[in-house]
Amino acid sequence: MVKTLAKSIREYKRASVLTPVFVSLEVVMECVIPFIIARLVGQIQAGCELSVIVRYGGLLILMAGLALIFGWAAGTTCASASTGLAKNLRKDMFYAIQDYSFSNIDKFSTSSLVTRLTTDVTNVQMAYMMIIRGAIRCPLMLVFAFAMSFYMAGTMSFIFLFTIPVLGIGLALIVSRVMPLFRKVFKKYDRINESIQENVQAMRVVKSYVREDYEKQKFEAAAADVCADFTRAEKILALNSPLMQFCIYAASTLIMGVGSYVIITTRGTAIQVGQLSALLTYSMQILMSLMMLSMVFVMITLSFESAHRIVEVLNEKSSITSPEQGAVTEVKDGSIDFDGVNFRYSEHADRMALANVDLHIRSGETIGILGGTGSSKSSLIQLIPRLYDVTEGAVRVGGVDVRDYDLETLRNQVAVVLQKNVLFSGTIKENLRWGNPNATDEELVEACKLAQADDFIRLFPDQYDTYIEQGGTNVSGGQKQRLCIARALLKKPKILILDDSTSAVDTKTDALIRKSFREFLPETTKIIVAQRVSSVEDADRILIMEGGQIVAVGNHQQLLEHCEIYQEVYHSQNKGGEQDD
Amino acid sequence: MTNRKGTLGRLLRTLFHFYPVLMPLTIVCILFSSVVSALPSTFMERIIRLIEQSYPSGDWGAVSSQILTLVAIMGTLYLISLISVFIWTRLMAIITQGLLKKLRCQMFDGMQDLPIRYFDTHNHGDIMSYYTNDIDTLRQLVSNSMPQLLSSGVLVLSVLFIMLSYSVWLTLVVVLGVCCMLMVTRKVGGGSAKYFRRQQQSLGKTEGFVEELMNGQKVVKVFCHEEATKHDFDRLNEALFSDSRTANTYANTLMPILNNMGNVLYAVVAMVGGLLLLSGVPNLSLSGSVLSISIVVPFLNMTKQFCGNIGQVSQQVNSVVMGMAGAQRIFELMDQEPESDEGTITLVNVQEQQDGSLVECGHRTNVWAWRRPNPDGTVDYIRLAGDVRFEHVDFGYNPDKVVLHDVSLYAEPGQKVAFVGATGAGKTTVTNLINRFYDIQKGRILYDGLDVTQIKKADLRRSLGVVLQDTNLFTGTVMENIRYGNLDACDEECIAAAELAGAHDFITRLPDGYNTMLTSNGANLSQGQRQLLAIARAAVADPPVMIMDEATSSIDTRTEAIVQQGMDALMCNRTVFVIAHRLSTVKNSDSIMVLEHGRIIERGSHDKLIADKGKYYQLYTGAFELE
Repeated sequence: MVKTLAKSIREYKRASVLTPVFVSLEVVMECVIPFIIARLVGQIQAGCELSVIVRYGGLLILMAGLALIFGWAAGTTCASASTGLAKNLRKDMFYAIQDYSFSNIDKFSTSSLVTRLTTDVTNVQMAYMMIIRGAIRCPLMLVFAFAMSFYMAGTMSFIFLFTIPVLGIGLALIVSRVMPLFRKVFKKYDRINESIQENVQAMRVVKSYVREDYEKQKFEAAAADVCADFTRAEKILALNSPLMQFCIYAASTLIMGVGSYVIITTRGTAIQVGQLSALLTYSMQILMSLMMLSMVFVMITLSFESAHRIVEVLNEKSSITSPEQGAVTEVKDGSIDFDGVNFRYSEHADRMALANVDLHIRSGETIGILGGTGSSKSSLIQLIPRLYDVTEGAVRVGGVDVRDYDLETLRNQVAVVLQKNVLFSGTIKENLRWGNPNATDEELVEACKLAQADDFIRLFPDQYDTYIEQGGTNVSGGQKQRLCIARALLKKPKILILDDSTSAVDTKTDALIRKSFREFLPETTKIIVAQRVSSVEDADRILIMEGGQIVAVGNHQQLLEHCEIYQEVYHSQNKGGEQDD
Repeated sequence: MTNRKGTLGRLLRTLFHFYPVLMPLTIVCILFSSVVSALPSTFMERIIRLIEQSYPSGDWGAVSSQILTLVAIMGTLYLISLISVFIWTRLMAIITQGLLKKLRCQMFDGMQDLPIRYFDTHNHGDIMSYYTNDIDTLRQLVSNSMPQLLSSGVLVLSVLFIMLSYSVWLTLVVVLGVCCMLMVTRKVGGGSAKYFRRQQQSLGKTEGFVEELMNGQKVVKVFCHEEATKHDFDRLNEALFSDSRTANTYANTLMPILNNMGNVLYAVVAMVGGLLLLSGVPNLSLSGSVLSISIVVPFLNMTKQFCGNIGQVSQQVNSVVMGMAGAQRIFELMDQEPESDEGTITLVNVQEQQDGSLVECGHRTNVWAWRRPNPDGTVDYIRLAGDVRFEHVDFGYNPDKVVLHDVSLYAEPGQKVAFVGATGAGKTTVTNLINRFYDIQKGRILYDGLDVTQIKKADLRRSLGVVLQDTNLFTGTVMENIRYGNLDACDEECIAAAELAGAHDFITRLPDGYNTMLTSNGANLSQGQRQLLAIARAAVADPPVMIMDEATSSIDTRTEAIVQQGMDALMCNRTVFVIAHRLSTVKNSDSIMVLEHGRIIERGSHDKLIADKGKYYQLYTGAFELE
């Protein structure tokens, strides 16, 4: 895991290495300062000249200045290194996701990807900051401070040998007991927040069924549960400060007691009053660094899960890539062949989404596909631009297996208007140019005319420069679908697939769109997946799908005569059958 | 500012109100422990004085008893302080979590009683942030910052007092130095706060972009738009990086700067101390003591303590500001006006006597009546029939923008009334008025002849079953979700309802059947399946009147034809309001209302409307789109 994450450090290696160096220098300064102070106090006590005091004082200020500079430098490099790592992690994840195939995308939900790219990265950033700063600083401080006090006060420094283990073991105990508790309670905490969200979203249901009191009771119980767990964890965590204080107090009491004995009995030759306070400072530094160390440990453990989730994204290998060598870069024509195709979404799926599909479509043909929810209509058409790979058999476009094409070539020639249409925030023009970045304004208008979108776009005050809000909320469903069709047309594809893309368009406009396809795109193979019989009625051939199989093929008249399902659907939509536009 | 003061006061009042004993106890313990931690310097001073007296002679025995006594007193004080720290930190853990729990529950309880308008006009993400961000900042404030501020504040004051009692001159030096430190804190801290805000903004932008793109990732793939997307992302990512680096640089450098300014101050105090000692300038102090080495050394330690605590306080400033803002928002939510209810008429189960009179009874009889208390103390029972009338109703979500104009309509008991019209025509609004999610501005709505405003809201809503377009399911089993409609329903009743709604079939095919856990609003079900569950939920409630708002929009026509039987059974003998986009769904209604711009422009049966060849006819023949 660490290895994968470390790959993203890259240009911030220098900062990452410099940080501990600066931190070490800062620590050295911080440990030298009390030593000099002790000397200074000794000199004052001995009744020295003013110049000596000034010399020592100047030295002290110099040291403090150096410590400040090192500290500042460490802070700066540390910020660069950690936020740089965060930047690269976001970038690497985002790039990895861009290379995902549909089946990779299916594995992650949108919200989980967003969390991974934001909160999780922030957690890792914090942990990294702690590591390159704290993880070096604390042990170093511990060693230096101890060495200095030993050098200065000799055996007296062994007082620390008593306090360090007490604090160390105490902290270890607290952390080890509290961490599992916190992990558990955080999960509960997340759940309670999820249930609040659920409640807020479902408020109409809650109020319609007059379930306010029921919800309150449910919440009260959950909140009490979380509170009890949290309190238990926090109570253990609360032992931290008395423990710390105990060690500090014990150290200073011992230092004062033993120190005064040593000073008096040795007549100030072993140590002096000045060193007494330096010892106190060291003891503080040592204990503080232990405390910090435990915090670093906690931070790292807490960020573990985040790191894991990031690595999951980074290590997910795209299941569909262009062939490495000899990729075909030209699509000859718009013919499509399914040869003995079986398909399932994942190896673990116990049901085939498509079974034994044999289908041959001539270039320029118009094919309609009808079928109920879950009949795998979308699965079928998604195999053509190789959004998924077949499990068995082969799909050929223009006589060539789709797996032999360069992906970009294939997808530029096979345009799909997905069922889940998405427009992006930006102007209509910008959205349309997704189909072809180099399209001229005339070409945009032409495509929109074919998709019957030009008329309503002209009615907007800003026409083709109208800004589309995120999620396309400021255009109606029917308008959105027509824009998406226009966007796909701009690719000038050999095969055009509409996956239930005119469901919100009225039947009249729907008919006009199909008419313009017939007239202006005779060469293009058109596949229309629909719920509405009227959308596919005039297709050359209509496929009826059920349970992942093609159960009937034929034109409208043939199916109406022989196919029971088709008759059923037809009649359910034309109850009474008296009207037909 | 006054607002913030008010918030602090209210927060403290709340704390004392919840914990009238624990809070004062905690405060006493904090005060005690922090005063005690200021004391060692005075003992140190005495011990050092004793050492000074006797170390030239090296006679430990002469002073040992005095020194050991002082050390013992110091140790005892420490012990007591330790105990009080132990107590207050534990108490604080209890108080903080208890407060958060109580606030959470109060917020949630209050929220349940808020009118639907509140949820329609507030972003759900914002509402959630009361429970997450604001509660978190409050937790930080109460558990950390408040005790820290109190103890550091007291400590700073005690140390200041002791310092003054030793030497006014040296204290002046310290205070001057601390002023410099505070100025730097303001500058660096201000920069840090500014860039952290910018970082938040950049983060928000990046998050928005990522969310949009992740949502449309499949479209990106289909259009081979990966490279362009990467490029856009890089731009945002760089901006975020630059802001967060600057913010973190400021934050990271604050502590070293403060620490080392403390060191410099230390050096300066030492020098000034030495100068004073040597030059023999008369000392000025509260205690009147003479400046000596035994004062300078503890004084230096106090300088450190003083600076350290100033640093502590300055680190808390940010979280105090944030915590206060959080508390203010939480109080704002709690202060929202709850839904008012002036109704007095309630819904009861009755039994019909042979003479036709109605008698109230406690158990479920499936015969419902409105119980109307009269001013003279008597009670009327009016049989619930399901007769709903709108009389010249005007309504707007905002008073200045009228959505419904002079709408009059009636649904007789058992009738099926449908609403048809474009998005924004006011179809859903009509249903929002029947159950009083919103109140009308003009006209009357009568339910069995009673003005709906006289009926208690809970009882009114209990009499209406609603199936909405956006299905909301709760985390729990399928069975629990169906039972939501009627908490007293047994398993058999729930299953019967599912069968009626045509949901039984797919439920039995789920991995655990009726015990299958649903999470995240039933993410593992298709939209159509979710709608079937919502219909089953309404069926188990078995309400006299039903409102179906696009209840079958995501069920394909063939499945709809299959569930139609169940739906017909469900609608039979009930007054039903149907809103549907798909005209095949509304065709067999007794009466169809065509709404346009908040007015009913056509009404009548399907055949009549077709014959009229008006808007409905045009819609039906597909000449217009319905969105």
